[in-house]
Amino acid sequence: MSNPNNEWPLWEIFVRSKAGLDHKHCGSLHAADAAMAVQMARDVYTRRQEGTSIWVVRSEQIVASDPAEKGSLFEPADDKVYRHPTFYELPDELNHM
Amino acid sequence: MDATATYVLPYVLRLADTCLIHSQRLSEWCGHAPVLEEDLALSNIALDLLGQARALLTYAGQLEGVGRDEDQLAFLREERDYRNLVLVELPNAAASPSDGAGGRDFALTTLRNAALSIWLELLYERLQASTDAEIAAIAAKSLKEVRYHRQHSSDWVVRLGDGTAESHGRMQAALALLWPYFNELFAAEGVAGVGPAWKELEPEWRARWAALMQEASLTLPRDSAMQPRGIDGIHSEHLGHLLATMQYLQRAYPGGVW
Repeated sequence: MSNPNNEWPLWEIFVRSKAGLDHKHCGSLHAADAAMAVQMARDVYTRRQEGTSIWVVRSEQIVASDPAEKGSLFEPADDKVYRHPTFYELPDELNHM
Repeated sequence: MDATATYVLPYVLRLADTCLIHSQRLSEWCGHAPVLEEDLALSNIALDLLGQARALLTYAGQLEGVGRDEDQLAFLREERDYRNLVLVELPNAAASPSDGAGGRDFALTTLRNAALSIWLELLYERLQASTDAEIAAIAAKSLKEVRYHRQHSSDWVVRLGDGTAESHGRMQAALALLWPYFNELFAAEGVAGVGPAWKELEPEWRARWAALMQEASLTLPRDSAMQPRGIDGIHSEHLGHLLATMQYLQRAYPGGVW
């Protein structure tokens, strides 16, 4: 396993815990291809009844924001509370907002 | 014991012990599989099989009617009382532990898993319709589990059989070793209405196995005349060692529970 070229590619795993909810990122694993990644994800991440659906994505396919740009990307939102819909009263029956 | 139980008990025990010993062998991989992901997969399969063994042994204890529970049947019987297939008690590698792999050969394990999961799937499909309600219920629940085992292990058989020259060679060697032991998959008698003679599974098992071997580019060995009889309590030299490990705790601390 010393040569990284001999290792299986990395996959990001997303699991939906029940119908109606979103798939959530829950971790990553190594697998030779997509079919194996789904099977491995089933055994690694859903063996305690966590899931009803699995998505897998090659980690290298994910494009991430640059941590160095964190300030310019996110901080301008800090002082603009009027963009948050926090001034509405939500009825109790409304879940998962 | 009434007349029916006289015939049903050995039938249930053969299946229960096969699941139990198969599970025990598989659990030897825990912490040692080639990759972490497969380590979890093999342990999950072993736990599924243990669950099936527990349900079947509990029922066997009821049929026997002398008050033995699943634990007493699993841990306090003698070697000759076990009715599992010889196939499942064989070690996880043909070579000695000095080969550096700790006596575990993934090719052999994965091939054995595939053969047994196809067989269990065919058997549970039929047992779902058993006139014995307990057996039918256990079969229906177990069927979902073994279908996944079959998918997972068949997948590996194809990947490795049709993989590199080395993986192909190791799969072919594992097939040569296990092939004669597959004969016992079709050896047990049936009980009318309760469960089929295993012979009835043979045509479909052989057809599915041949298709898998073809997909995996593996060549079937010549048929063997060997007739293992683990189902009658005639075992290989390996079962005693396996039981020594498996029974140790219950023998050393009788009645110990979680």
